Amino acid sequence: MSAAQHAGPTGRSGEPVLSVRGLHVGFARREGVRDVVHDVSFDLHPGECLAVVGESGSGKSVTARTLVGLTGDGALVRAERLHFDGADVRGLSARDWRRTRGRRIGFVLQDALVSLDPLRPVGAEVEEALRLHGWRERRARRAKVLELLTAVGVPSARARARQRPDELSGGLRQRALIASAIALDPEVVVADEPTTALDVTVQAQVLDLLAEQKRRGVAIVLISHDLSVVARLADRVLVMSGGRVVESGPTREVLTAPRHEYTRALIAAVPGEHTRGERLSPAPAAVLPRPRAERPGGTVLEASGLVKRYATAEGSHTAVSGVSFSLRAGRTLGIVGESGSGKSTTARLALALTAPDEGVVNLLGRPWSQVPEAQRRERRKEVSVVQQDPLSSFDPRWTVERVLLDALPPRRSRTAGERRARLRELLAQVGLDEDVLARFPLTLSGGQRQRVSIARALAPEPSVVVLDEAVSALDVSVQAQVLDLLADLQRALGLSYLFISHDLGVVYHVSDDVLVMKDGEVVERGSAEDVFERPQHPYTRELVSALPRLAGQRAEEEAR
Amino acid sequence: MPASSADAPAQVDARFSAAPLEDPGARLRRTARRVVSRLLGALLVLWGAATAAFLAQAVLPGDRATIIFNIRAGQPIERTPEELAAINAQYGFQDPVLTQYLHHLSGLVRGDLGESYQQFRPVTDVIGEQLAPTLVLTLTAIALAWAGMVVWVVLTAGRGRRTAGLGAAVDTATAGLPHYWLGIVLLLVFALQLRWFPVISGNSPAGLLLPALTLAVPLAGFMGQATRTEFERALQQPFVLSARTRGAGDLAIRLRHVLRHAALPAVTLSGWALGATISGAVVVETVYTRAGIGRVLVTAVNNQDLPIVTGVVLLVAALYVVANLLVDLVHGLVDPRTAKGGRPS
Amino acid sequence: MTTLLLEPAPEARAVRTRRPRPWGVWLAGLAALGFGVAAAAPGLLDTTDPLALHLDRALQAPGPGHWFGTDEAGRDLFSRVVHGARPSLAIGVGASLVSLSLAVVLGTLAALGGRVVAPVVDRVVEVLFSFPSLLLALLLVALLGPSAATAAVAVGVGTAPGYARMVRAQVLSARGSAYVEAAVALGHSPGRILRRHVLPNALRPLVAVMALSIGQSIVWASSLSFLGLGVAPPSSEWGALLEAGRPYVAHAWWLTVVPGLVVVVLALATTTLGKHLQAVLERSAS
Repeated sequence: MSAAQHAGPTGRSGEPVLSVRGLHVGFARREGVRDVVHDVSFDLHPGECLAVVGESGSGKSVTARTLVGLTGDGALVRAERLHFDGADVRGLSARDWRRTRGRRIGFVLQDALVSLDPLRPVGAEVEEALRLHGWRERRARRAKVLELLTAVGVPSARARARQRPDELSGGLRQRALIASAIALDPEVVVADEPTTALDVTVQAQVLDLLAEQKRRGVAIVLISHDLSVVARLADRVLVMSGGRVVESGPTREVLTAPRHEYTRALIAAVPGEHTRGERLSPAPAAVLPRPRAERPGGTVLEASGLVKRYATAEGSHTAVSGVSFSLRAGRTLGIVGESGSGKSTTARLALALTAPDEGVVNLLGRPWSQVPEAQRRERRKEVSVVQQDPLSSFDPRWTVERVLLDALPPRRSRTAGERRARLRELLAQVGLDEDVLARFPLTLSGGQRQRVSIARALAPEPSVVVLDEAVSALDVSVQAQVLDLLADLQRALGLSYLFISHDLGVVYHVSDDVLVMKDGEVVERGSAEDVFERPQHPYTRELVSALPRLAGQRAEEEAR
Repeated sequence: MPASSADAPAQVDARFSAAPLEDPGARLRRTARRVVSRLLGALLVLWGAATAAFLAQAVLPGDRATIIFNIRAGQPIERTPEELAAINAQYGFQDPVLTQYLHHLSGLVRGDLGESYQQFRPVTDVIGEQLAPTLVLTLTAIALAWAGMVVWVVLTAGRGRRTAGLGAAVDTATAGLPHYWLGIVLLLVFALQLRWFPVISGNSPAGLLLPALTLAVPLAGFMGQATRTEFERALQQPFVLSARTRGAGDLAIRLRHVLRHAALPAVTLSGWALGATISGAVVVETVYTRAGIGRVLVTAVNNQDLPIVTGVVLLVAALYVVANLLVDLVHGLVDPRTAKGGRPS
Repeated sequence: MTTLLLEPAPEARAVRTRRPRPWGVWLAGLAALGFGVAAAAPGLLDTTDPLALHLDRALQAPGPGHWFGTDEAGRDLFSRVVHGARPSLAIGVGASLVSLSLAVVLGTLAALGGRVVAPVVDRVVEVLFSFPSLLLALLLVALLGPSAATAAVAVGVGTAPGYARMVRAQVLSARGSAYVEAAVALGHSPGRILRRHVLPNALRPLVAVMALSIGQSIVWASSLSFLGLGVAPPSSEWGALLEAGRPYVAHAWWLTVVPGLVVVVLALATTTLGKHLQAVLERSAS
């Protein structure tokens, strides 16, 4: 890809294919119109990629949908100018929009099992775009579908076209989705989180595919929460927060020299090699006790030769095969792997929530996996868990207070007052106000829920905490706060973490030691520096090379 | 503009095709396994139903021979031991229960449901004569219910608060209508007042419509509730947005994509619906003085003619089993994911 | 401290879930209240004697004086309908209790009965479910002979398998939930987890189901009476009124249409209330 060819808007002449001035989008509510997008303006030229970056609720997806006339029921769209290919599209009829969508503006959604109709073969979905826009002849459509699928890199396209989305991998699904969006050579492609939920190596391939479209002269609007994705593809960036554009400019400029406070915080919040040992969020630290006396070093959790098989319709599937690790006191062991690598099963084995078929787990030097549950129950306070989806991990009938009280270890001597004091202490440790006690988890934000979940894990005063994708569902700025909190808690309480994540940057940021898993096996292990700086196994190398980096970091590396 | 996009296939590495293409042998074996397990399950249900039917006859309170005499005479009369012994011998009541049970089962295998206490005729004959009109009625009703439900849901689901609310309210209201009441109201309005249809439903197509509608309307409401929920859920799914961004219109999306998803719960319900409409037919046949299994059953229950009652119950259980096997087949066609070993989680 | 990085206010979401009750729910509540009063104290709604004969006023159409008309013996139909509320509701509530108790026992066993009991109970429920409710009820009537008590038991048993399957699914989903896993990880005993999490969460929807089931039970029980296999005519139970009025369909429509309409209104009211309750419970649970 030649970067010089698309140097950004400054050096560009000619008409923009998309021109937006003063775009406002509001939704009619009972209490009146509520604006979710305020005063957004931009131009987009052929062969250019504009990224709209923001966290959930920033208005970026609504902006994207407005560009294809699908803002939704009850939406009020106002704009000084909304031009597509020189023509005003503000008053476009539903019928004209249908003619435009798919043919002149393509749209790519986030990969999910249901982004393509799960009951139909993917070929039929791609074909639909052709059928709707004048391809009357069936045979010609079929041929074109195969051509398109091959072009986006779907191997053995003829067979794949007959498969349904659930029979394809996430990467293939996303390619098929892109094929249906570019089937009629649209001038503009709007891609809404096109790489989210994909494994990191597949992410890179999908971005390359979009880059190829860009090279062909297609203008791309890229919607993303992920700055590293933006850094790879976009020529210019709009940073949105609370429905407003807070900063815009050429990608490199915005990412390396952000002018706005929000952009700076957003960039600082991205964990990775450069953030190890540093705070990610500007928020003040929670109220924490002085660090405890160093626990005696040595191993707290140890697993050797773990094997776990599951029965399936086909016979048996080996989820975990020959996994060994040891977690030292006060340290963090990261387990990283893509979906299906067996890392979550490993977490469940470590927690003794499921029994291994082979191998043993020892906790604090005593047998853990190989004793009956009744004996284990008493010792469960030594190891806690923070689950991936905090909301579903709380009994929906219970308030936060009841959730936390339930987690306090039963000690007869404790009075109601002492329990209450302990709850206050726990809340202070995780940085929550006391008034959350009376609330139901449903009414809390994602970050607050995860903090409650952490408080519950701390309640029995464990030595080991297993964090299973504990920050994966959070926005990057909230993730930063929670990661900082976890680091503070570890220092103050001398906790040992088993940290499981698919996110390489996060694992690099938090871990002392790292285990890389693939297909149920450990392919590489070592200190975080060794694994990430000097990967030995080809798979790890591939992972690390696909690890998305911000433009700023790239520049620094190039300078080195 | 760019030329054809086919000239530069992207690089693909082997790991990328994560889901391997499946060999046809495996698919066949899996289908075979599934069919066998379904058939075994169906046999198990039938055996359970037969056992329940036997137990029902065995636990009939009082001396069965006396009851049979009373049923035949229409009034309680004191009987001599000889007379009772003759009946006991005829029906094998003096045998051990296990022998009677095995006899009952082996009879079923041969297609023998026993003999009516009252009519001195094999149960299969009594039921066989009346089965056809009831099946015609119930199948017509199910077809009408499907047609009405699909049109109503496609037109009203997910169309703003007012329309969708009205649609759902109609579903709820019709689903709760008792057959006897709907039947009487339809009869009063269309047969007695307007005289469009005969009062006594014979075997003519005109006579079939009112009873079939009586069964179909509540069924349509009931299936409509399930379909509407699924329809509105499917309308919110990303694949609907994908289709819209390709330029598909609203009705096309509803018919091509959403309806197929929304029909699944109603397909599942259809096996159950056959049984439910047959029991509804019991009421409807009485309202419209129509011949059929329902009338046979009501008479039999009134007279405690248990072989007939258990015969009908067994027949309906068997129909339920057969209908469910068909439903499974259709479900697999509408949602190919289920055919692939277990429902998607 | 920057305020920029705060998440969207969750309070907004909490407030939005508190929707105003639709007018249909208020109407249903009013109707249910009316039926409750009629059953508890029929004298409050009607002071005439439901069984008083006035042969001179036989088969009068609804009008002033006799809102619902009179029957072949000149008895006031409104009065009979009001006094029929108690037996009808008694059968409905009784059947519903029988049905749900059976369902809870069978459903819980089918879900948690262990390796031996669970599959057996599961199969039994499956077999019973293959009999439509009304047929199962008719089978019981054939065995026990028609009466009010039989009707309640028969309808209760007839509708139980469907609810048992529901309870089983609920128990299984609660047992497989992440909050139960969290409780296991905290070291709580299986008994405590069952008592504190699994059963309360699995059985909570039954409150709403109870409302739905009372209405359905009354419909089924009145169907039995209509067929002459439930409560016999001298009673004012609504199904019995229907059966008594059936010979006069052509000449005195109100004798069948009006009691039937009362059942319809009651069924609608309980369904509306039940569904509303279900929605409220779901909203607070997920």
